[in-house]
Amino acid sequence: MSDQINRKKVPFRGGGFKPRPIRFVAPFVFLALVLFWEFGSRTGIISNLVLPAPSEAFQAFLDLYNSGLFWKHVSTSLYRLVFGWSIGTALGILVGLLIGLFSLARSSLLPLTSAFFPIPKIALLPLFIIWFGIGEGSKVATILFGTFFPTVIATYGGVDNVERGLIRMGQSFGMSWLSIVRKIILPGALPAILSGARISASIAIILLVAAEMIGAEYGIGAYVLMAGSLFATDQLIVGVAMLSILGLCVSWLIGKAEKALLNWRG
Amino acid sequence: MQISIENLSHAYGSVEVLNDINLTFEPGEIAVIIGPSGCGKSTLLRLMGGLEEPSKGAAYIAGQAPEGSFNPLTYIFQDFALLPWRSVAGNISLVLEDHKLSKQQSKAIIDDVLARTNLSEFHDALPRQLSGGMKQRVAIARALAVRPAFLLMDEPLSALDSQTRELLMDDLVALWAREAFSACYVTHNLAEAVRLGHKVIVLSRRPGKVRDVVEISIPLEERRERAVELEEVQQQLWHMMREEALAADRELADV
Repeated sequence: MSDQINRKKVPFRGGGFKPRPIRFVAPFVFLALVLFWEFGSRTGIISNLVLPAPSEAFQAFLDLYNSGLFWKHVSTSLYRLVFGWSIGTALGILVGLLIGLFSLARSSLLPLTSAFFPIPKIALLPLFIIWFGIGEGSKVATILFGTFFPTVIATYGGVDNVERGLIRMGQSFGMSWLSIVRKIILPGALPAILSGARISASIAIILLVAAEMIGAEYGIGAYVLMAGSLFATDQLIVGVAMLSILGLCVSWLIGKAEKALLNWRG
Repeated sequence: MQISIENLSHAYGSVEVLNDINLTFEPGEIAVIIGPSGCGKSTLLRLMGGLEEPSKGAAYIAGQAPEGSFNPLTYIFQDFALLPWRSVAGNISLVLEDHKLSKQQSKAIIDDVLARTNLSEFHDALPRQLSGGMKQRVAIARALAVRPAFLLMDEPLSALDSQTRELLMDDLVALWAREAFSACYVTHNLAEAVRLGHKVIVLSRRPGKVRDVVEISIPLEERRERAVELEEVQQQLWHMMREEALAADRELADV
């Protein structure tokens, strides 16, 4: 009887370890940061020499916009990005597939990929200028080479991870080699290819500044570099913010593509 | 069509998995292969369907495949092997697409096999939305779609819970009663063996040899009611397998 009276609820000790996204936190934090920055600049805590106020950067943006060069910079950069990234990604998927499918390609191309991947493409820019000309060629080539290698690695990794059971199933039903590659291996590697695309798109934006280092009149990278060499920090921040927004847009687009193409993952 | 295995041996490197197997599989009957784990029964099935090459001996098919069979030797896998990015109908159409059928023809086949496996309402569902039993039903429908002469079933019910397994066994019996198919059914589950097998082939532990072949004459449809007689056969099989299973269990895995 006394045991009945002395009873206690079993203490809960599970739960936790499961972070969930909370809406509107991210914009709120961003806004708070900008407000704090503006406040710091106005009160003099943050010296104008160290960092220009957000309002000054915004003024610089308005100047840029009113000068009519904003779209010129953005469109020039976008052209280079889209061109370089799409060719680099297409070639990367192709070579990644070859490495994933054929022993000869794997033994020959994989060591080469590993050797070339870590080379900073910025270092090769002078060579690219000699090979592809000082115009668009060298800029597109820098981005192309930068996106090619991560795509190769993502693609062959994705092919390697396609469930062997599914391939054996295809063989057991007498499917042709091409059908197995097209209908089993490619869709199976698609998640890895898309996350590779996320990385290569970011690399492409990073390389944009490098690509526009020499012989570029327009482009976000050229704008940033120009501002940097003049120590026009307000313009520098405008350029950097533009690159950041570009990155957000690309990431959003790839998120959309993942939703559309990988809806079977649920 | 008949499958015969002659003097078949197989080894992975220095490990011998199958030793001098001689077996014949007759059309229209379900032959069940049982054996302790690691005795090479799944390997035997892969060798029979040409997914692996034996080190010695061979499997032969005698006689013509039936008219209109797209894939005479067709597997049903333990893990279902459904493409997660294709719907139920898409998974079935996958194995028909290489055969140059018209849209109507393949649609007719898909509708027919879905109806036979009671899946018509799941036509557009994705595999992730289905339970394990439903996934295996889709895999069975897919196998039926290519009009196989021989079904090679590799532990098809082993990934399912016991209630689902019962339901699927009933389904298989009903399918067989409708249209007698030929099958080689690998399992380690004796209850499945005595419910579905016209004959039960008992393999010894590694290296697998044919230890015995037990014929069960009770018709498949009556087996649920005649459970007592079936229990006797099951006991007999268990008696044969017990020592093998015990010895296999105590082996050191150094392969």
